[in-house]
Amino acid sequence: MLSNAEIMQTIEMISQQHLDIRTITMGISLLSCCDPDPKMACQKIYDKITLRAEKLVATGEAIEREYGIPIVNKRISVTPMALVAGASETNDYVCFAQALDRAAKTTGVNFIGGYSALVQKGMTNGDKRLIASIPEALATTELVCSSVNVGSTRAGINMDAVRLMGQAVKDTANLTAAADGFGCAKLVVFCNAVEDNPFMAGAFHGVGEAETVINVGVSGPGVVCHALESVRGKPFDVLAETVKKTAFRITRMGQMVAQEASRRLDVPFGIVDLSLAPTPAVGDSVARILESMGLSECGIHGTTAALALLNDAVKKGGVMASSHVGGLSGAFIPVSEDEGMIAAAKSGTLNLDKLEAMTCVCSVGLDMIAVPGDTTAETIAAIIADEAAIGMVNNKTTAVRIIPAPGKKVGDMVEMGGLLGSAPVMPVHEGDSSAFINRGGRIPAPLHSLKN
Amino acid sequence: MRVIVSVIGKDQVGIIANVCQLLSSYRVNVLDISQTILQDYFTMIMIVDAENATVPFADLVVALEAEGQKLGLSIHAQREEIFNAMHRI
Repeated sequence: MLSNAEIMQTIEMISQQHLDIRTITMGISLLSCCDPDPKMACQKIYDKITLRAEKLVATGEAIEREYGIPIVNKRISVTPMALVAGASETNDYVCFAQALDRAAKTTGVNFIGGYSALVQKGMTNGDKRLIASIPEALATTELVCSSVNVGSTRAGINMDAVRLMGQAVKDTANLTAAADGFGCAKLVVFCNAVEDNPFMAGAFHGVGEAETVINVGVSGPGVVCHALESVRGKPFDVLAETVKKTAFRITRMGQMVAQEASRRLDVPFGIVDLSLAPTPAVGDSVARILESMGLSECGIHGTTAALALLNDAVKKGGVMASSHVGGLSGAFIPVSEDEGMIAAAKSGTLNLDKLEAMTCVCSVGLDMIAVPGDTTAETIAAIIADEAAIGMVNNKTTAVRIIPAPGKKVGDMVEMGGLLGSAPVMPVHEGDSSAFINRGGRIPAPLHSLKN
Repeated sequence: MRVIVSVIGKDQVGIIANVCQLLSSYRVNVLDISQTILQDYFTMIMIVDAENATVPFADLVVALEAEGQKLGLSIHAQREEIFNAMHRI
């Protein structure tokens, strides 16, 4: 029999500590939609998505009502579009993004991810066309998210792709200048991208995946932060145990929702992603968790160690609570989406260099960071290269989602709205990386022995 | 289907009567009730069986929430599985 204290604990987690299921993401393979005629391919894409995901939103809402747990996003991820569009005889891929956008709107999902290319070692003609089309695709669609994988531990870093992506980020910002470069919030550059990530903007449905699959992302920074209040001043061992127990509970709930969604939709359950995903709401911040460990502000010395402990404890606690764990699984540090990060960045304590260090020990990377509008494409490419190098060498996923907000200067704010929040424009290092970026070629894959 | 109904808010006359009357009108059977009052703050947790309810569960949730708004209370009905998932291995 459940005790009243247990029941009240769950109710308080949901009502006061912002516990939610961040996303139910349906992965759909579009490999069956390839067609030499681009119009035909787009029609097949639209038809397949709208058929498979017809009941996704309604099912998510029903689960939400019956269990009393908010499910913030219902999303779709698809096969990297470069693979599908590559079969069509056309140079213009924007129509494929528009087909995704229409399908997303028909099904009522919040976002659709997978306007993607995997080019860690080399680029096919389809990959090149897709990358060239990203700025226009993101500027002319609302719900489409794009990602490009430019490196991996096994293949090294494709520096030609890094250079192209620096330019793509810049062009996307300029094409969406009226909205402060909002298009860049829908564009991620990865190293070691995962195939079952349910979180946007980097979700895509990998080629090793089934026809359709349900992946669920849980969240709950507020719950972890609240739990840590009760162990203030205690040693790190106690701290880590507390995070583990909390992550276990959160993930159990995610697992239950994932299995229920999978059963009701008759789609196989893929993974639960154990991520701590913050929102701009007060009390739902990863930065505040780090501060509750005893740091006066996120970004000061000690932040990286605190984040390393948090990230590891979340995984250890969550991994036993789910039958299959995957995706990105860790603590996210998107600056604009985290109330505590925004405050620390505004005060100047949190800067790009510290964030880069933090990405060495946590999930993903430089996320939702606004930089001055006059930052060059080469500098952005160099930031991407740095982050990809961290991922490549450390055998982990890293990413860059950066917004060179047109016309904005250091200290200005970029308003993204909703869950994407608002980002203070952060300074980048002056100096010129263009000779480095314009070399082209590949950075070779790292050695896997002699580790130091 | 076992459901947890939680009622939280300022104490007043007839809370239990009102909630039970509503539940019985939908043929929902009350299995267990526990309640406490802390500094005028009323907390009641009921375990009910909604298997034979006359309306779909989602409608029952809405009806209870509406009753809560009328009485100035927060009333939620949630399927028991979410609590078991979180607190029982």
